[in-house]
Amino acid sequence: MCVVEFRIDRRSGVATYLQIVHQVEQALRLGLLAPGDKLPTAKEVVAATAINPNTVLKAYRELDRAGLVEARPGLGTFVRKSLARAGAAADSPLRAELADWMARARAAGLDREDVAALVASVLREGFGDHVPAGHHASEGTA
Amino acid sequence: MTELTFLPDRTALEAVGLRARYRRREALRECTFRVPAGRVCALVGPNGAGKSTLLAVAAGLRRPSGGRLRVLGGTPGDPAVRPRVAYLAQDKPLYPHFTVAETLSMGRALNPGRWDQAVAERLVREGNLSLNARVGSLSGGQRTCVALAFAFGKRPELLLLDEPMSDLDPLMRHGMMAALMAEAAENATTVVIASHILSELEGTCDYLLLIADGRVRLAGEVEDLISAHRLVMGRYEDVGTPREFAAHTIVEARTTGRQLTALIRPEGPISGTWEITEPSLEELLLGHLRAPGAPALIAPSAEPRMPASRWAA
Repeated sequence: MCVVEFRIDRRSGVATYLQIVHQVEQALRLGLLAPGDKLPTAKEVVAATAINPNTVLKAYRELDRAGLVEARPGLGTFVRKSLARAGAAADSPLRAELADWMARARAAGLDREDVAALVASVLREGFGDHVPAGHHASEGTA
Repeated sequence: MTELTFLPDRTALEAVGLRARYRRREALRECTFRVPAGRVCALVGPNGAGKSTLLAVAAGLRRPSGGRLRVLGGTPGDPAVRPRVAYLAQDKPLYPHFTVAETLSMGRALNPGRWDQAVAERLVREGNLSLNARVGSLSGGQRTCVALAFAFGKRPELLLLDEPMSDLDPLMRHGMMAALMAEAAENATTVVIASHILSELEGTCDYLLLIADGRVRLAGEVEDLISAHRLVMGRYEDVGTPREFAAHTIVEARTTGRQLTALIRPEGPISGTWEITEPSLEELLLGHLRAPGAPALIAPSAEPRMPASRWAA
C-alpha cells in the first residue's frame, strides 16, 4: 500500500531527489508517514512520475543516511523515525492559532505575497537565516 | 529494490575513434565514449549531428567506416548481441495491414524465448488502443505506442530509441516515459534515447551524450557534467571576456548591454563579484550547442575501458 505520493516539479530548480527527500520529511512532520510505514518502491514512484529510478533510490539512500528510513533487503524501504511533534500536528492548538492569525491577516487586506513576506521575516527573526539545501551552489567549486 | 539500477563496471556501449560516412559526408568523426550499463542515457544534438547514425551502427544496421563500437561487450548485429538489443527507428516501421495483436504475435515469433506478451500488452493498454485495430488506421502517436510495445516486449538489455516521443500527446508521452522508467527500474535495462526535446530529458535521463557535427561534445553522468559547470552573471562593460576567467574554460560568454552571462568550467574558485549558479541541464546543453568550438568534456565514467589492442575494427 502506498501512503505517500510524490509531486515532482521539474521547473523548480531544486534537484529531483531533494524534492523527494523534502516531501518525505514533510510527510513525517505532518504525521502522514509513521514508523513502520513502507515507502513506495522505486518502480511504483517512477511508474507514477516518469522520473529516473536512480533518482528515487538516491533520495531513499539520503533518508537512510539521515536515519529516517531503513532499507530492508528484499522487502522495501520503511520509516524508522517520526518527525511529527505534538505541536505541529494538523489538529494542534498552535496550528489553530496560526489559522486564526491568517484569517485576521486576510481581513486586514493582506494578500498571499504580503502574508508570505511577513511569515518569512518572522521566521528569520526566530530561527536566523537558513537557506534550505538546494540545487544551486553559491561558490565557485563543487 | 534498494540497489541502484546502474552497474558501473558493466558497459552497454563503448566507442573508440568511431567513424561513419555517407558518400562524402562524415556523419561520425572519431567518436570515443562509453555508456555504462543500467543507465538511461540522453543522446542529444542538433539535426544532422549523427544521432541516428550512431544508433543505427549500434543496432548493427550500418557498418562503421573506421574505429570500433562494442555493444554489450560484443560486435553490433552479432547473433550473440542482436537478441539483447531493441532498436526503434525514427520512422517506426510497422506493417500497416497487421492488427495490433498480429504485430505483437510477430514480435513473439521473431523473439523466441525472450518475448514478454504481458509487458507489450500493458503498453498497448496504456495508449488506450484496441488489439484489433489495424496499424494502418492508427494515428502517428498511436503507431509510436505500438512500436514501443514491440520494442519493450523483446525485454532487451539495451533499448535504442530514436526520437521516440516526438509525436505523442502530453498524456501519452508521460505514460510511455513512466512505463520506460518502470522497465528500467525493474530490469536495469540500459536505455539510449535520441531526442532534441530537452524538457523531456530533464529528470528522466541520468547519463548524457551530446554530439554535434559528428563529434562527442559532452559525455558522462548528468550530475557530474552539471556540477563541472557554472553559470556566471554580472555587470561587465569592457570588451572581450573578463580577465578573472582566464584560469577557467569558457564554454560560452555573451554580453547584453552591461550584463555578462557566461557558461564556464571552473578550474578553481572564481574571483570577482559574480552571481554564480549551477546551470540546469537545458542551460548546459544550449550553451554547448551555441558554442561549437568549446572543448569537449568526457567524464571519467564515460572513458572507454577496452584495451588498446582491440581498438582496431
